[in-house]
Amino acid sequence: MAKMHITTTINGEPTEFLCSPSDTMLDALRGPLGLTGSKEGCGSGDCGACSITLDGQLICSCLMLAAEADGAEIETIEGMAEGDALHPLQQKFLESAALQCGICTPGFLMAAKALLEKNPNPSETEVRYALAGNLCRCTGYDKIVHAVLDTAADMREAAQ
Amino acid sequence: MTDTTNKWIGTNTIRPDGADKVTGRAAYAADTTMPGMIWGKVLRSPHPHAIIRSIDTSKAEAYPGVKAVVTAADIIDFPTDTSVMLGIQDMRWMCRNVMAREKALFHGHPVAAVAAMSEAIAAEACKLIEVDYEVLPWAIEIEDALKPDAPILHDFVQFEGKPSNIAGTLEHKLGNVEAGFAEADVVIEKDFDTRPVHQGYIEPHACLVSVASDGKTTIWSSSQGQFMVRAMTSYLTGLPQSSIRAIPAEIGGGFGGKTIVYLEPVATLLSKKSGLPVKMVMTREEVMRATGPTSGSTSTVKIGAMKDGRIVAAQGVFYLQAGAFPGSPIRGAAGCAFAPYNIPNVLSRGYDVVCNRSKVAAYRAPGAPIGAYGVECVLDEIAEAIGMDPLDLRIKNAAREGTKAAHGPTYPRIGLLETMEAARAHDHYKAPLGKLQGRGVASGYWFNAGGESSAQVNITEDGNVVVMTGHPDIGGSRAAIANIAAELLGIDYRRVSVLIGDTATVGYSNLTGGSRVLFASAMVVTQSAEQVIGQLKARAAMIWGIDPESVVWENGEARPSGEHSGNFPTLNLEEIAAKASETGGPIGAGVQLNTTGAEGGFSTHICDVEVDVDLGIARVLRYTSFQDVGRAIHPAYVEGQIQGGAVQGIGWALNEEYIYNAKGEVDNPGFLDYRMPVCSDMPMLDAVMIEIPNPKHPQGVRGVGEVPLVPVLSAVANAIYDALGKRYYSLPMSPPKILEGLDEGVPQAAE
Repeated sequence: MAKMHITTTINGEPTEFLCSPSDTMLDALRGPLGLTGSKEGCGSGDCGACSITLDGQLICSCLMLAAEADGAEIETIEGMAEGDALHPLQQKFLESAALQCGICTPGFLMAAKALLEKNPNPSETEVRYALAGNLCRCTGYDKIVHAVLDTAADMREAAQ
Repeated sequence: MTDTTNKWIGTNTIRPDGADKVTGRAAYAADTTMPGMIWGKVLRSPHPHAIIRSIDTSKAEAYPGVKAVVTAADIIDFPTDTSVMLGIQDMRWMCRNVMAREKALFHGHPVAAVAAMSEAIAAEACKLIEVDYEVLPWAIEIEDALKPDAPILHDFVQFEGKPSNIAGTLEHKLGNVEAGFAEADVVIEKDFDTRPVHQGYIEPHACLVSVASDGKTTIWSSSQGQFMVRAMTSYLTGLPQSSIRAIPAEIGGGFGGKTIVYLEPVATLLSKKSGLPVKMVMTREEVMRATGPTSGSTSTVKIGAMKDGRIVAAQGVFYLQAGAFPGSPIRGAAGCAFAPYNIPNVLSRGYDVVCNRSKVAAYRAPGAPIGAYGVECVLDEIAEAIGMDPLDLRIKNAAREGTKAAHGPTYPRIGLLETMEAARAHDHYKAPLGKLQGRGVASGYWFNAGGESSAQVNITEDGNVVVMTGHPDIGGSRAAIANIAAELLGIDYRRVSVLIGDTATVGYSNLTGGSRVLFASAMVVTQSAEQVIGQLKARAAMIWGIDPESVVWENGEARPSGEHSGNFPTLNLEEIAAKASETGGPIGAGVQLNTTGAEGGFSTHICDVEVDVDLGIARVLRYTSFQDVGRAIHPAYVEGQIQGGAVQGIGWALNEEYIYNAKGEVDNPGFLDYRMPVCSDMPMLDAVMIEIPNPKHPQGVRGVGEVPLVPVLSAVANAIYDALGKRYYSLPMSPPKILEGLDEGVPQAAE
């Protein structure tokens, strides 16, 4: 089947790529686009390791068809830092030892960023439910939740 | 070795590999590519047990885009009558596990593999392979495998002179249990069963292999040991180890499940046949059907105690599922079960049972949580029967320095008692509980391992430090190694770069497993750093024209001492490095050791649960782990091990299990139906680290990675009993089982 030509914006950059109609967005990111920071842990939307935002909405890129990116704005883990300045969540994850093997980390960071953009002052319970679509098998989630709560506090303070 | 004198040891430095991991740049195995790379896929058995009469691959080979097909005929055969061991793995089983030979032994067992221009073409071609199966009856559960008329998986496996599915036994004995039970005031005996659970790493197995035309082979893969990958690939393909360079990609979790190979030898043969680099990545379904898990089990635990709480006899019989090939962790179950206690009479037996499910792989203290589950639940019943606090019972019987354990060792200084006393003194143990809430305690033991490690410490020309070790870093070990190197050399942590070498660039290093990585690598890094410091002092002495004995190394610089004290300005690392070529050449040292003295790890846990009796959901409200960690080199990553182990155990206790359908297939091969704990299931987790330095280690390190899982199943089970007055003897204590138990309404106290 002929490839489709997709015009989109990824991490703020106008981008074009070719894909098969059946390719997922994760296939496109990890394949022709070379953005392997989004990980495939399950391919069925259960682990969240492939989390990206599509027009600001947090989604599992393994559940999105690549063709749906046409005309949309995509953000991935590769676009989270500003140049060499890490996003406060990225920095806090490092300082808090909120990652062990690191395979789930890009997904957690994308999900946490999406949460804080909507809710800058989440409770622990809100953080836990916002991140419930992301699986981590190493940390027991404790340090991840602490890192997100602490980042939220820092960002609120910085915004004042 | 105290906090006040250490600058880096004991601090939560930022891991050297961290920035790459939070920006998506870290290269895991599935992220690697090579020019001209093609894709491999595995054809798997649709039957749980079948003789393979023949395989016809001709149609697949002729399919457009297919470059190579591999079957068991391409894998080196290790005859079943001669054991060829590599560590704890037998190549007889490994060659048959990576590719079914005479028989397919589980649904999902690899039967053939195809490499093609795309993954889709390879998958299509797999469907064209014609396999003539003679389907056999199968046995999946232990009780089915042990029936007198059970289908026998391996004719060559004999037990008590007859073909059997019992592939091995083990016994630990101390004193005389019969006499001990006769003496006891109270004897309680119970049966338990646990289900197989998967390690649940988020990264599926993956590799990329290039076999060049001269046979030089490069493997990038996700494993807990690049040297294991090299050796097993060599055994199974016939390529010499010197031709194979195994490069450890960043690894997305292992927990023991990546201590054996599945894909690497297959991809190597596909690459050799096709002449092209071959990439293979498992789907989650393949991971669930054909890798890991740990054993399911049935066990019987009998404990006898005096009215004053003294345990006088203990007996355990543990049947563990090995899966398709021998090798379940009976040593962990039977060996660790009673290890936390000073018991004069012990008999602990393990039985290794083969059955038609995927071959088990190591999982975090393999077998030990299974052993502890039965023992710690029966101890709770003993405590209740004699009217003693369950922690007091454990404290009264706790193993300590000089205790002789049934599995062999006489303990040196250990911190078990401290973990129990810390638990008893902790706020958590006194906190009030509400209706349908309960509290459980449990302790646990894991052997810990030493073994082979290699390191190289080099001083760069600009006076910084590069440390190379040989263990894949799963949980932050590079940060801890950097802490140690910076401490010893007296320099800023950020000047130390820690790398994981591949099989061609660092000396042999055994697996990342057995809670051994920091224990062993700290030893070789310490000795290497000490040699480097010796060289630095000698170079300074040469520059000053004095005897090297008159030079001391302090705070990252050489200083003249004794009669020369104050005669020369100090020389720091940069200054000595700048003069290296004039004073004898490059500065660096490497050490390779077979390390000993790991000593076991102990832990005591408190768990609070609340049970929703309408929905059957047991929810963990609070969890505190108290662990003798030896010395916490990087405390946050030690805590992380403790917290992560607790949640894996909570999943094992409450939800995780393999469910098989009537056709002998795993019915829940994905994360939706194989439900691991998610963030909203968990409370915050308290980790209380008790530091009793290991006297046999330069920094006092004791393995910390595995024992955090050992007590969890029983701590949760004891908490649920406390909440309901009803004990469950079978895991997982999932909502249907909780509800079923409540319907029965059998009060545990009647037994």
